[in-house]
Amino acid sequence: MEFIILILAGVLFATAIYNLLQKQLLRLVIGSVLLSHGAHLFILTMGELKRGRPPILTDGVENYTDPLPQALILTSIVISFGITSLLLVLAYRTANENETDNMEQLRGNDNE
Amino acid sequence: MSNLAVLPIIIPLLAGIILAFFPKQLSLVRTLTKIFVIGNLVIACYTAWQVFNQGAIILETGDWAAPYGIIIVADGLSILLVLTTNIVAAACAFYAPYSLPDKKERFYFYSFFFFLISGVSGAFLTGDLFNMFVFFEVLLMASYALIVLGGDKVQLRESVKYVFINLFSSMLFVTAIAFVYGTLGTINMAQIAQRVQEVEQQGILTTIGILLFFVFATKAALFPLYYWMPKSYVVPNPVISALFGALLTKVGIYAIIRVFSLIFVHKINLTHETFIWIAGLSMIFGIIGALSTNNIKLIIAYNIIPAIGFILMGLGVFNQEAISGSIYYLIHDMLIKTSLFLLVGTIAYAAGTSDLRKFSGLIHYYPVLGWMLFVSGFVLAGIPPFSGFIGKLLLLTGALSNEEIAIVIIALLTSLLILYSIMKIFIKGFWGEKNESFEYKPIKGRIAPVAVLLAISIFMGIGAEFIYPSIESISAYLLDPENYINAVMKE
Repeated sequence: MEFIILILAGVLFATAIYNLLQKQLLRLVIGSVLLSHGAHLFILTMGELKRGRPPILTDGVENYTDPLPQALILTSIVISFGITSLLLVLAYRTANENETDNMEQLRGNDNE
Repeated sequence: MSNLAVLPIIIPLLAGIILAFFPKQLSLVRTLTKIFVIGNLVIACYTAWQVFNQGAIILETGDWAAPYGIIIVADGLSILLVLTTNIVAAACAFYAPYSLPDKKERFYFYSFFFFLISGVSGAFLTGDLFNMFVFFEVLLMASYALIVLGGDKVQLRESVKYVFINLFSSMLFVTAIAFVYGTLGTINMAQIAQRVQEVEQQGILTTIGILLFFVFATKAALFPLYYWMPKSYVVPNPVISALFGALLTKVGIYAIIRVFSLIFVHKINLTHETFIWIAGLSMIFGIIGALSTNNIKLIIAYNIIPAIGFILMGLGVFNQEAISGSIYYLIHDMLIKTSLFLLVGTIAYAAGTSDLRKFSGLIHYYPVLGWMLFVSGFVLAGIPPFSGFIGKLLLLTGALSNEEIAIVIIALLTSLLILYSIMKIFIKGFWGEKNESFEYKPIKGRIAPVAVLLAISIFMGIGAEFIYPSIESISAYLLDPENYINAVMKE
């Protein structure tokens, strides 16, 4: 099971990098979203996908699932949602103000 | 265990929230800001005094014992940096009302300012790798808002790049943390250090270390990962540039110092030797950038890169003197970069342009400003008796005792060129004929915060005897990871 999820994370990373290398602003946003999803899946596999009991201390239960990866992913998801929404607004405003969404044309010159 | 360690994080956070309730009453907000920064500074001073007298303060949040819960560690290095952060913040808070237009101040400038301080202090104080990522995000979120505050065409354009680069490196940070958790089964920095020590940093661990270095080097703007930095630091208002230049890159280099003096210290030939080369290249390329431009703000922004190079050089040499030099230089650079950014912002305001070719003869109207820039240039380049000299002296003696001749030569040449790049502003902008048609703009309030910063950095140079013992004890503490591990794990 870990193996499949790892491949999925790899596919997400590859798609993300492909999108990040494009020049269109919206594609860059999509790339960054996919990148964060890849990273989250990656944490999940690193914590091992065991099918144990809930991590609550009771007598007679030995096999617990590791609760930490989920806590990390949850925190990270919240952060990446926040940044994604900021990024969408920022990209929209930038495209409007500068009248282009092509990164090539968003370079600018030295003294301004 | 003491709650003192968490106060430098909590107070700015609360201040930011409180100020968000009435952004329109500017005079009230400004007064409260000043009260909060001074209060925070006093508490940071008190905490630092406690730490230097009684050893590291460790707070286990929610009473979860060390390797399980999130811990806040205030040891010498982190509390010293928190103290400097608060000095910088106070200077910027007093400068802000003169520099920012009222409209921008009403757009929650002070709230974001306090969130930034909170995030920076948190990143310095945390003892948990994932928690460090969270605090990085807190400060980055605040910085995203600050860099685009006002929403000019240029600001929007540069902030998009800034956000993307930081988002990319943050996601690599999360991936690196996943690797750490997968291989070592913990994210508590003391326990990571312990486990790396047990297996003597074999196999994949060095790779993870380099991945973490890549992430922090992007945030610290080291060669070759500095390309995003100079332009995005000059587009916002001078006071925001000063905060960024003083704090954000320094958080990255602090993380590098922490990780590579505590955790990955068993393959020094590989990692730390590489750092020396990266430091040398950062110095060369940074100073080339500073010399290549006529925009006074860009000159200062490019000067951040060689400074980070100097700090990394001390870590790369990795002996007691060099690490002391790094820490000294780190503190010195935070103070002097703030004052330079504020000075250059004032000059650009007074001259009406930041293009060096378009103004000259300012000294006839602003003598104090000109001489302050002159002194700042001396401090930055490390002319005795100012603070830069002590840091560089320690770095160079440390490097010479390890026989790293090449980096010493590069460092000395870079220092000369740094002096030249600042003096260029002084010679071209301040010297020259009096321009009769010049419109004089009063700048009185903007001078005072800078004067205080310069006074502190002159004291750091002349009064080095008072400061050096504590810096030396910090570097001795850093060179032996056992100190940190024992303090946190309580064995």
